[in-house]
Amino acid sequence: MAAEAPAQPPAAAGEPNHGLRIFIPWLVLSVAADLIIWIAWRPHLPPGTMSSAGANQQFDIAIMAVLAAPVMILVLTYFAYALIVWRQKPGDEEDGPPIHGNTRIQATWIVVSSVIVLFLAVFGTVELFTAQGSGGGEGASAVFTSGVSKPLQVQVIGQQWKFTYRYPQYGGFETTDLVLPTNTWVEFHVTSIDVIHSFWAYQLGVKADANPGVDNIAYTKIYHTGSITVRCAELCGLWHGAMFDYGRAVSPAAFQSWAQATEVHLAAVTKVLPPYSLTYDPTQVAQMGKGMVANGLTGGAGLYYPPTDPAQP
Amino acid sequence: MSLPARVSLLVVAFLAVVAIGAFVVLHYFLGGPAVVDYSAGVTPDSGATVHVVMQEDPQNTVSTHPDWVSYFIQNPRTKAWEHTTLFKVPAGSRIDMTIYGFDGCTPLRNPVWGQITGTIGDVEYVNGKPYHVINSWSSCNVGHTFSIPGINLNVPMATPGLIQSNKPGLCPTSPCQPGDPKAVPYRVMTFSFNTPHATGQYFWQCRVPCGGGFVTGFGGPMSTIGFMTGNMDVVS
Repeated sequence: MAAEAPAQPPAAAGEPNHGLRIFIPWLVLSVAADLIIWIAWRPHLPPGTMSSAGANQQFDIAIMAVLAAPVMILVLTYFAYALIVWRQKPGDEEDGPPIHGNTRIQATWIVVSSVIVLFLAVFGTVELFTAQGSGGGEGASAVFTSGVSKPLQVQVIGQQWKFTYRYPQYGGFETTDLVLPTNTWVEFHVTSIDVIHSFWAYQLGVKADANPGVDNIAYTKIYHTGSITVRCAELCGLWHGAMFDYGRAVSPAAFQSWAQATEVHLAAVTKVLPPYSLTYDPTQVAQMGKGMVANGLTGGAGLYYPPTDPAQP
Repeated sequence: MSLPARVSLLVVAFLAVVAIGAFVVLHYFLGGPAVVDYSAGVTPDSGATVHVVMQEDPQNTVSTHPDWVSYFIQNPRTKAWEHTTLFKVPAGSRIDMTIYGFDGCTPLRNPVWGQITGTIGDVEYVNGKPYHVINSWSSCNVGHTFSIPGINLNVPMATPGLIQSNKPGLCPTSPCQPGDPKAVPYRVMTFSFNTPHATGQYFWQCRVPCGGGFVTGFGGPMSTIGFMTGNMDVVS
């Protein structure tokens, strides 16, 4: 009984060409699977094509699926072929022949695997650094930039347990409503004023950590209007599961109207906000509280942020 | 060890495990603060008005964490103050809220929560005076907030004002009793909002980092149901 065809010595007389019998169905199935993935599945892959970052991620996932499918099909084809062709015959108690390896197959396998892995490494690196920054936060010094001189800046402020959005180009107003224009490069500045959060705007393909004291930049350009689901993607405390909201992508004209009206509507509260900054000091309240205690004022029976409390976070 | 002794030890150990399991189930899963029912006798989605009364105290003297700040809710039937943050209201109704603020001040970490939102008219009344925004960084004037993110409700709780720590000022025993403000200072916050037609649990929280001694001030009472956060259960 043959144990493993590819590693056998030259085929015995009358032995079929197992390699060819595996290769042909693998080729047919792989081409079919890749066509289905690219034509039928790709348009439905997450996170969709609402934004440049989202479309880029969908392309990346489709490329990886196209590469992975033939590998998976080869394994399954070989597995099925072995089960059918090399299964033990009734009454066959004979051991399989000794296997000494097959240099050609091993070399092919190593070369093909290396090519795939190296291609993915280069592809992934290029996609990460050039194509929309992959929608992730790039830190304060983004490698990928939009290239436009004045993108729309939107500051995302994470706090337990709500995101607020600040628009510095419109007087610095801050709101719980995320409204963005289409066909405009958006430059998110993601930060936190307490613990670590993660700003995940699903349909936009933007997911950036919100760290206290850090300005995390992410770019995207929205292609069409629609609803945007925003979730916190970092376990951040008791109500982390409820830390979500829904934003809107609207036309540039509708955005202008909304932004100008909101700037006026929120003028009173904008006055009491700290000046717009890329980060805010989360320990400020603790310092203010300690100052009150030091001045002999109580807050919560004098228990808030006494001088012995560490500055947090 | 003799056989009876081994059997006895086994039985005792088994009973101990059962007792621990029962305690966990009863204490952590079935226990917890009571739910104050404001929906009894009110027809949902009728636009009826329900009057909910709460208070926030600088401490509580009714739990195992007496130094934690805490909300209390008044039982509409008995008028007793219950140490809970869970209450039930009818859907599609108007809620007239009264909250007695007995606690001292702590600044908001984000002053944007000094804005009143989600109430009828985006206004709250502090001792009868209307406010749309309270700047907690300008003075010792905000102690807590009552915020329900699910309906975009945010109302800062005003404080009795500057209290010298070397004078007996803040209410020392919970639940505090509204009475003569000169004896025990407090503020009365009133505001109204409409409950959604969609039933469900809407969590509420305080946005002032008043969990002193905990990470970012949002641990302890800020992360424990029954103290500074809870649920508004909207029922039909």
